[in-house]
Amino acid sequence: MAGDESKSTLSNNVLQMKFMKRSALRIEKEKSAEERKQIIDDEHWVLDLPPVNKKEDKYILEPSYERCLDMVYGRMSFQQCNPEVEKLMKINNNRLGLEEAERKEAENSVDDEEMARRYKSLSDHIAKKFATKREKRKKIVQEEEASSIAASEKEKRKFMKPDVDG
Amino acid sequence: MADHVGDASKIVYMPGDFVENVKVSEKTSKAILGPGLKQDGDTVMVTKPGLLRHKEPNIYWIDCHSRRYVPVRGESVIGIVCAKAGDVFRVDIGGSEQASLSYLSFESATKRNRPDVKVGDIVYAKLLVANKDMEPELVCIDSTGRSSGMGVIGRNGGFLYKCSLNLIRKILSTNCPLLSRLGKQIPFETTVGMNGLIYVRARTTVQTITIINAIAASEYMDNDQIISMCKKLADTFTMVQ
Repeated sequence: MAGDESKSTLSNNVLQMKFMKRSALRIEKEKSAEERKQIIDDEHWVLDLPPVNKKEDKYILEPSYERCLDMVYGRMSFQQCNPEVEKLMKINNNRLGLEEAERKEAENSVDDEEMARRYKSLSDHIAKKFATKREKRKKIVQEEEASSIAASEKEKRKFMKPDVDG
Repeated sequence: MADHVGDASKIVYMPGDFVENVKVSEKTSKAILGPGLKQDGDTVMVTKPGLLRHKEPNIYWIDCHSRRYVPVRGESVIGIVCAKAGDVFRVDIGGSEQASLSYLSFESATKRNRPDVKVGDIVYAKLLVANKDMEPELVCIDSTGRSSGMGVIGRNGGFLYKCSLNLIRKILSTNCPLLSRLGKQIPFETTVGMNGLIYVRARTTVQTITIINAIAASEYMDNDQIISMCKKLADTFTMVQ
């Protein structure tokens, strides 16, 4: 709104002058465009219904047999009848094999989180193995300290019964 | 209403039946419903008569006998060019409507450099648009602009054979020995479209006919029968030669 006011508008008298014809037309156009926009905004295509909480579909529809079944490439050539096709056939069927292998691998392999967890515990173990005696002792002391601190904090938190002055 | 767990391959499902105990994938907790199945609220309804098939872990579809092709986006088909209409070709792919194939959707085709396609040619193409309310649209290039085997085929002889869609799925499945066994005995090339058309070209007409007959005969055979048929064919071929 502030922007509209700061923009100086031309008065009607000025716009009626001959040399202002073009500007007048432009302003008219802008106005009508704005009005039209408003009209669309007002009665925008919205159904006045309670919001439907859409459930995530349990099923994926797949209209093609080609993707349901494992199918080989549709062009084939045998015993060098059409070498070009033979090359294509090799490439495409290799790709199919690769995809299949990848899928199987993905099924059998561990996922990222599992991997991270395993690596973490593994690195701990190995670190222990390579630590010197002093470091080990240090660590144990640290852990003890930490536990004692935690214990003392617990103590501190305890509700103290106020002394009753006689 | 039949429970598909158990002797599943023997039960015929009819349109309107419900499929129960649909297994979902462990990771995404979703199941994939292929052709012939549709979601009806929380249940799965059958829309085609046939046998329920299941592929681990979570893919289900109905295997139903059909000869009429319904275009599906992304499938590779063989089409016959029927007409040139301005900058598109009308291609018959066996669907309810002819598909359109733009002359720009060929490898290295530009406005100036038109591809050499004539009426009557057969093309191996992929369906880019397949919508039940719209005309299907074919392309002969992949997303990188390369032909990858698509385009006009069969300029140097061969035979185009129309069969049921089941047979197509059968011979294209990875565990079908038919074409590889035949290929060991007879040098030939073939192109199989998901719309029920098979193009075969061998060195001689007799060989081509043999292959077509073998394919046609294998529709209701199991893998062992197919292998024995191929053996028999090989024997007769060596006798003739």
